[in-house]
Amino acid sequence: MHHKGNVYRFRPYNVGRWVVWGLYAIVMLVAPLLFTSSLSLTMLSQMGIAIIACLAFNMLLGQGGMLSFGHAVYSGLGSFFAIHTLNLVSAGTLALPVSLVPVVGGLAGMAVAILLGYVTTKKAGTPFAMITLGVGELVWAMSLMFPGFFGGEGGISGNRVAGQPFLGITFGPQIQLYYLIAIYTFVCTALMFAFTRTPLGRMLNAVRDNPERVEFVGYNTQIVRYFAFVASGFFMGISGGLAALNFEIVTAEVVSAVRSGAFLLFTFLGGAVFFFGPIIGAVLMVLALVLLSELTQAWLLYLGLVFTFMVMYAPGGISSLIMMNLRVAAFGKLRPLLASYLALAGTGFVILAGSGAMIEMLYHLQLNQALGPELKFMGASLNAKDLDSWFGAAFVLAIGVSLFEMTRRQFVREWGETQEWIEKEIKRREAAL
Amino acid sequence: MIASEFALELRDVRKSFGKTEIIRGASLQVRPGERVAVIGPNGAGKSTLFNLISGRFGSTSGDILLAGRKLDGLKPYEINRLGLARSFQVSNLFTRLTVFENLRCAVLWSMGYRYSFWRFLADARDANDRAEEVMEMIKLHKRRDVQAMNLTYAEQRALEIGITIAGGAQVILLDEPTAGMSKSETARFVNLIREVTVGKTLLTVEHDMGVVFGLADKIAVLVYGEVIAFDTPERVRANERVQEAYLGSVLAEQQAQAAGAH
Amino acid sequence: MDASYLLISTLNGLSVGLLLFMLASGLTLIFSMMGVLNFAHASFYMVGAYVAYSITQAIGFWWGLLLAPPIVGLMGAAFERFALRKVHKFGHVPELLITFGLSYIILELVQLVWGRQALDFRPPESLQGPLFTIVQLPAGMQLAWGSPPLMCREVAEAICTTFPAFRAFGMGVAVAMLIGVWLLLTRTRIGLVIQAALTHPEAVESLGHNVPRVFMGVFGGGTALAALAGVIGGALRVTEPSMALAVGAVVFAVIVIGGMGSLAGAFVASVGLGIIESFAVGSDRSIADALRFLGMTVNEQTFGYAVWSVKTSQIAAILPYLLLVLILIFRPKGLFGTREG
Repeated sequence: MHHKGNVYRFRPYNVGRWVVWGLYAIVMLVAPLLFTSSLSLTMLSQMGIAIIACLAFNMLLGQGGMLSFGHAVYSGLGSFFAIHTLNLVSAGTLALPVSLVPVVGGLAGMAVAILLGYVTTKKAGTPFAMITLGVGELVWAMSLMFPGFFGGEGGISGNRVAGQPFLGITFGPQIQLYYLIAIYTFVCTALMFAFTRTPLGRMLNAVRDNPERVEFVGYNTQIVRYFAFVASGFFMGISGGLAALNFEIVTAEVVSAVRSGAFLLFTFLGGAVFFFGPIIGAVLMVLALVLLSELTQAWLLYLGLVFTFMVMYAPGGISSLIMMNLRVAAFGKLRPLLASYLALAGTGFVILAGSGAMIEMLYHLQLNQALGPELKFMGASLNAKDLDSWFGAAFVLAIGVSLFEMTRRQFVREWGETQEWIEKEIKRREAAL
Repeated sequence: MIASEFALELRDVRKSFGKTEIIRGASLQVRPGERVAVIGPNGAGKSTLFNLISGRFGSTSGDILLAGRKLDGLKPYEINRLGLARSFQVSNLFTRLTVFENLRCAVLWSMGYRYSFWRFLADARDANDRAEEVMEMIKLHKRRDVQAMNLTYAEQRALEIGITIAGGAQVILLDEPTAGMSKSETARFVNLIREVTVGKTLLTVEHDMGVVFGLADKIAVLVYGEVIAFDTPERVRANERVQEAYLGSVLAEQQAQAAGAH
Repeated sequence: MDASYLLISTLNGLSVGLLLFMLASGLTLIFSMMGVLNFAHASFYMVGAYVAYSITQAIGFWWGLLLAPPIVGLMGAAFERFALRKVHKFGHVPELLITFGLSYIILELVQLVWGRQALDFRPPESLQGPLFTIVQLPAGMQLAWGSPPLMCREVAEAICTTFPAFRAFGMGVAVAMLIGVWLLLTRTRIGLVIQAALTHPEAVESLGHNVPRVFMGVFGGGTALAALAGVIGGALRVTEPSMALAVGAVVFAVIVIGGMGSLAGAFVASVGLGIIESFAVGSDRSIADALRFLGMTVNEQTFGYAVWSVKTSQIAAILPYLLLVLILIFRPKGLFGTREG
């Protein structure tokens, strides 16, 4: 079995294909039964939508080496076309089952990608990124110019209970919509995974690794990129269509640079190297947007910091961290590292406490002045105007940083030794064959 | 398409970069199945010539013909589809793909898979078999699932050649295939090149005279962007112009004699 | 269309274009030197404005103008030294990504320190008010230095347009900066080193020059230039958290249009865009008007009326991106581009 994009191959750890996909399906089926609150259901629905979008985004980033700063255009326009279609169904003009509305979104996303993709894929690398930024701004600005289609400030609303119910399913209740989203998510994930095992998918990887050589083995690099771009646009559109059904309103925000940035940030966080990385990223995206933003006002700052540190120290994202440790575990060398991991986590927590306290106090001073200078942080009472609180937080931070640095150096040494041992072991096993 | 007796022909090819003319009227006629070594002093324009033939750059004037067909202004992938493949002096591999995947990518177009996304690679029996076949030929079957960036230097050079010949092109251009190798590795490589290019037309840029005299039917000597001699090894060795420009050292003589003795 | 309108529009366009060029030049220098596209460049622009504002509140505008760029330049250099350098070995995409992450961090920190409201950052007293007034009379055009002369209120046919002094000052700063950078690159030793390191970093290193330090200097210099633009832009327009986003995308479009890595291209594209936008904003014509001029009837019933009736002033904001797409179709290298990026 040959995995696309595997950074490490591990023979001892042979996961059955069916087990993994089966588990994926079961988790999606069972999740709403475990997390029954309506907030959970909303989040699960949004996760499904986000998973499709992030996987589609990664078709370009991880598989093609194309960094797009304006990908929300395709999901957003998919949303707009979907909601207009939904309104046509509600008005009786179009006899289309609601469950197929996301496909309309997908076709719209694909059409826009066909239109804009040829020009966009003329260049690669950094210019490509800049072009996608420009095109994204273009569409965003146009959304303000054509209120007929984009609905102006209020956006376009719709009602997903429209047309004829199918076997009694109207998609009114969130649970029914969730299962529709789950089906789409599973199918789209499977399709996008299948794509990675086709000639086009593999040549896309080749383009990522060496766009020049691709031309010398008979392929037109730009056409490969263009086709992949269109395929990505299709799945982005489906994600947008599902979002239109989920929220029953679409505003210009769905094509904004902020939205595009979020796709990039979280896909990268989850990891662009492995296929399942964006799935992790999508789940984190919903958790951050819904939960973290409630927890603290500084959530965007934390996000920016985490992302930046990821780029510096773990550019393969969370999924690559998982895989690296799975490999270590497969060679039986994980247990000795656990102590270091715990130490890192502990000292990291101290840093978080110290810096978090200072950040929260600053935010409190800035934004919640009416509430007085006191605030609660991790169970402790802090006074933002009191120097003691500041010194305390700075002290905690200083201790945390120095302890963390010590443990980090120790860990890096241990990790290096482990990796060396593994490399030698691999060579030894190969020679024995 | 006019049938031609020459697999590859250059007619007064010229190439200037800005004001500097690098290739100054190169002419060459290579018959099908010939093995030609392109030699010349550093800066003579050998790599540039390969780049012109393979479509990496366009020539300023003159014609390049592949089996009688002009290659004017064609893109590299168009030239490749007509049956010409080249290797690079600095290994140009698909770094994150495995050895097997590298080779498979090199055959997909020639087997007609094009931009299809409705078929699975696992079912592409002909492509998979061919990739396996080439992998055996270049002796990298033991490193099948190693990523190209993790191979040793010699293994990468072998893979480089593998990618070049995998697609079944009739005309093969090898740019300094044995660059940076030890003596024993070079000898092994020469045998490898001989095996994998049976029946093909071969042009190789080489600096090692031992390789040249051992591998080539004909030698083309490129000096200051012109082909000053194109003949059998013995006649080229005896050519005074060539001796003057390039081969005038005792060491080259010794290397040639050593190779001639094999 | 009278001459004074043309003149003022051109001057306004020039002023906007030069401001844009101040930003685009720093970005181009960093890109040419290091191959890094600094996604956070507009963020440094914003920090420049905010830092200058604070200094202005404390000790006056001129200190703000003098001190803000070096302070921000130091921040930029520090970022290069401690963060960007670590990512260099991963390639250009991670470099772009880390500056992307930085843009988030800077935005949040700025809002944290200075709040989310727009700040009242004004030009200094000495530079407020008009530099000159153009008086358009039926007989011809007159120039009056300073505020509008009496005849603007007394003569009915006189059309008076003023040109703000601070705007002119900003243009002056931009031109001075341009000359200064050009002199630095072509006349000084460090400039020669920079030009050499542009194409042959390894050779430069083996000659004894500290290439990493040169990189740090160039990044710091580029961000300092952005900050300088921010001091002017912040006082001229608004100083608020969204200013980075507003100008950032335009600057990136400008450098692609001009050709990535080309200072001349950036100049032509910036000034050109500034002038075109300046004229477009003042025009209420639309494609529908043009079609009517040709004799066709165009009204609400016509197919696509929504598109034809869009006024030029409405699309002024998206002109950079429209031009971007057009350039990509007809001249993908950009106006003066040589690098592939």
